[in-house]
Amino acid sequence: MTANGRGPAPWRRRDEKDIGGCAISGILSEEGRRFNGKAILESIATMRERSNGLGGGFAAYGIYPEQADRFALHLMFDRPAARDAVERVLPEYVRVPHEETIPTRPVRGISSPPLLHRYFVEVRTEILGEDEREEDAIVRLVMHINSAMEGAYVFSSGRNMGIFKGVGYPEEIGRFFRLDEYEGYLWLAHGRFPTNTPGWWGGAHPFGLLDWAVVHNGEISSYGVNRRYLENFGYRCTLRTDTEVIAYLFDLLLRKQRLPLQDACRVLAPPFWSQIERLPPAERQRLRTLRIVYGGALLNGPFSVLVGHGGGMIGLNDRTKLRPMSFARKDATVYVASEEAAIRRVCPSPDEVGLARGGVPVLGPRPREVSLA
Amino acid sequence: MSGTGGGGNGNGSGPRKRIVAVEAYCIGCRLCEINCLVKRSRSRKILKAFRRERDAVVPGIRVEESGHVSFALQCRHCDDAPCIAACITGAMHRDPATGAVVCDESRCAGCWSCVMVCAVGAVRPGKKRKVASKCDLCMGEEMPVCVAGCPNEALRYEER
Amino acid sequence: MRKWLVQPDFVVERDPERCVQCQVCVRQCANDVHSYDAEDGAVLSDSARCVGCHRCATLCPTGAISIRQSELEFRCNSNWTPGLIRNLYRQAEGGGVLLSGMGSDRPLKVYWDHLLLNASQVTNPSIDPLREPMELATFIGRKPDRVAYARTDRGAELQTVLEPQLELPFPILFSAMSYGSISLNAALALARAAHETGTLGNSGEGGMHRDVRPYAGNMIVQVASGRFGVDVEYLNRAAAIEIKIGQGAKPGIGGHLPGEKVDAAVSETRMIPEGTDALSPAPHHDIYSIEDLRQLVFAIKEATRYGKPVGVKIAAVHNVAAIASGCVRAGADYVAIDGFRGGTGAAPTVIRDHVGIPIEFALAAADARLREEGIRNRASLIAAGSFRSSADVVKAVALGADAVYVATAALVAMGCHLCQRCYTGKCNWGIATQDPYLTRRLNPEVATRRLVNLLRSWAFEIKEMLGGMGINAIESLRGNREHLRAVDLTEAELEVLGVKAAGVGA
Repeated sequence: MTANGRGPAPWRRRDEKDIGGCAISGILSEEGRRFNGKAILESIATMRERSNGLGGGFAAYGIYPEQADRFALHLMFDRPAARDAVERVLPEYVRVPHEETIPTRPVRGISSPPLLHRYFVEVRTEILGEDEREEDAIVRLVMHINSAMEGAYVFSSGRNMGIFKGVGYPEEIGRFFRLDEYEGYLWLAHGRFPTNTPGWWGGAHPFGLLDWAVVHNGEISSYGVNRRYLENFGYRCTLRTDTEVIAYLFDLLLRKQRLPLQDACRVLAPPFWSQIERLPPAERQRLRTLRIVYGGALLNGPFSVLVGHGGGMIGLNDRTKLRPMSFARKDATVYVASEEAAIRRVCPSPDEVGLARGGVPVLGPRPREVSLA
Repeated sequence: MSGTGGGGNGNGSGPRKRIVAVEAYCIGCRLCEINCLVKRSRSRKILKAFRRERDAVVPGIRVEESGHVSFALQCRHCDDAPCIAACITGAMHRDPATGAVVCDESRCAGCWSCVMVCAVGAVRPGKKRKVASKCDLCMGEEMPVCVAGCPNEALRYEER
Repeated sequence: MRKWLVQPDFVVERDPERCVQCQVCVRQCANDVHSYDAEDGAVLSDSARCVGCHRCATLCPTGAISIRQSELEFRCNSNWTPGLIRNLYRQAEGGGVLLSGMGSDRPLKVYWDHLLLNASQVTNPSIDPLREPMELATFIGRKPDRVAYARTDRGAELQTVLEPQLELPFPILFSAMSYGSISLNAALALARAAHETGTLGNSGEGGMHRDVRPYAGNMIVQVASGRFGVDVEYLNRAAAIEIKIGQGAKPGIGGHLPGEKVDAAVSETRMIPEGTDALSPAPHHDIYSIEDLRQLVFAIKEATRYGKPVGVKIAAVHNVAAIASGCVRAGADYVAIDGFRGGTGAAPTVIRDHVGIPIEFALAAADARLREEGIRNRASLIAAGSFRSSADVVKAVALGADAVYVATAALVAMGCHLCQRCYTGKCNWGIATQDPYLTRRLNPEVATRRLVNLLRSWAFEIKEMLGGMGINAIESLRGNREHLRAVDLTEAELEVLGVKAAGVGA
């Protein structure tokens, strides 16, 4: 039974790979000024035609200021027993000072939602292994629940941020989760046009791990390579989505291997060899080395991704620029979206508007190296 | 003696391409001789040429062989051609376009002075008709047939 | 004594309407099949000697000759096949070990032919290699798992210096073919073609003839069990060094060069007496276990001052995944795996046809094992053993190979007709012989041109296939089994290959 009593949730984890679809938008206040979720809802609603109503979602940063130090775990369950099972497992990893049902409102078009619950947790430091930090323990917990526990799925696991997603048009999902009642300094949104039958709320974007939230438009033809590459480093890709590998690659390169942000982007979307050959010697050597070492992390195929993290937002296109991405700035706010119309709807006269270039990241805040703990 | 280019050793004025043999690649198959024979035959078809004209046509190229060493030899079209000097009728002359040494069969008396005087042995008596037979660089063809037909590219047609 | 039981394999047919008795065939057959009878003015053929190399038919100016399988047919017998029966007759008449050249011709499944490639449609545009960059650049060598930075006031400075890499324009190299098993002209042509296209050739265990030295920068040299031609200059001249432990055509035994093919030049290059059989020992007599291999790898690295990649070539056997892992941990910068169908100049027929496993399985298993152990980055994988077209190459990369070795295809490009009699030293095409009458037949300029054409055309085809899959860099195909689907394979085969059946979605 679902939360609204209407029969079993369509909980179908398909074995087929999900093809990333088709509308993304992001708004960031570089000063960290928090603003209402209505803006992002309006922006994504403009691109309704790019979706087909079978998936939508949001990531919001800065929305839990009074619990900013705790990891906010958002979970969905297909039945109460799944929730009980998870609640038995949590204490092995974390203390749970606060938990509650995620507030929602009924919206036409959103049917059969799963049980939605959030837990604000603190890691029990005594369970940390050697060289392990709190984030690693949370990753372990998330991987465990998502791969081993039937009917339960963690869809958000960051601090002072949350992902809200499900089956429906994004603006409907946004109203369902009452996002107009939240204030955050960074909002991401996604609308999906899947080519396989949906049904599972967990399949929508954004995909998140810790503070990372990824919304993605495109299809990664190197998925098979990227997934096996990540498995070398202990990541388990259970969702069969491109978005999952993108999120894990960012986590690997930035958090675990601590590459500078520019280099990480150049690993994922490197310049062509013919371009590298024309660079000055020091640059050429650097890019050659990166490309030779990180061949398994190269993302091939059309993509337009927006990655949110605690310090800001990264927009990146594939190096042959096969998906759209526009960006704009007004005062200290950065906008990135699949279509300029989605930006103009909420920011009619920006100071600066442009099209993102293939392989060149759009960064907010402006480049100074973002420190990632 | 008169006539265009007749008598004396005039120098060719056009592009001077010559056939060069690469001894290392000659496999001694003699397809060059066969192709030359076919080209000089009346029928120009191999089956007919071999059946009817084998004894009438003398190829202008000949393969020399000793042990495993072989190469194809033909007229060198010498700058200072002794055969032209020796020719009593002026039949042996130099073609102004290619610089090749050519025998005008209509004037050839069959005295064989050219055969005797050639240091390379490139001129041979004809079989059916009593005229001197030698390589003429396949006048009129883009590439001599011996070069085009060598299966191992042991003959080259190059500027010299 | 005439060998009565041994009957001809082929029938030479001469069309009397077309034969003009030009005698080109007589001059060209090294097996004395054709002869000219002056009295009757006719060319005659003795089919018993024919090996089916097509030299005569190719050069015949009138196309008068055709070669057919022998018509002496046995009663149908699926168990006692004609090939097996004939081998028995040969052994009965001759005694001794039966030899063959080239790779196994047995009718086992060719797994490449059961694997099909993907193409992009609708959700992901395919890429047009004529108009967009399509990158095949391949790097063979050890790579680190991550790069290291020093944080300075100028920002993050990259500290990592890579170990020596071989840089190839496309994922294809020429496999080891020893000078001695092939003629000097053939070895030269391979070296030159490698040089011209920017890839690498492999000297095999024959050492490096001095005429090949100008191209040494495009050569991998082998250190095989016989150590033919190995000295410190040989090692330092080349681009990389390969320790040959095994070969796909004859796992478990060493190289074999019959004495007929050891002439003065081969003798000098290999440093062995003229006319003697060059039988390499089965194992390296200083490598009886994995730790011994490690010692040799590092001895070579020391001798070359760690300036060149050192690889290990192994045959594909049952335990190939574990052996490959061992080689990587022994310090190899690349591991070349040679599969069951690999070619050779001479091997005992029973070993060639019954020992070893196909490269498709070996490659998939080794690639998976190295990834499981987290050491896939430490060494590149080169796959060998019958790559017959560019499609085979693409499938191999998809299964996990960094690059492939081709040999038989290269020889065919030079004129080989796969008559499998390389061990006789009478190769009519001038490839697998040292006979001066025959070696002239391979014009190294023509052979080089043909090899370059082969590599370039395969490179274009690979680009087309990659573009069709929506990929514009070969890194994104390497190990990407998602782009393969299988037809007509068993569950167990699918599992080892790590490939899904056709019809199953992403």
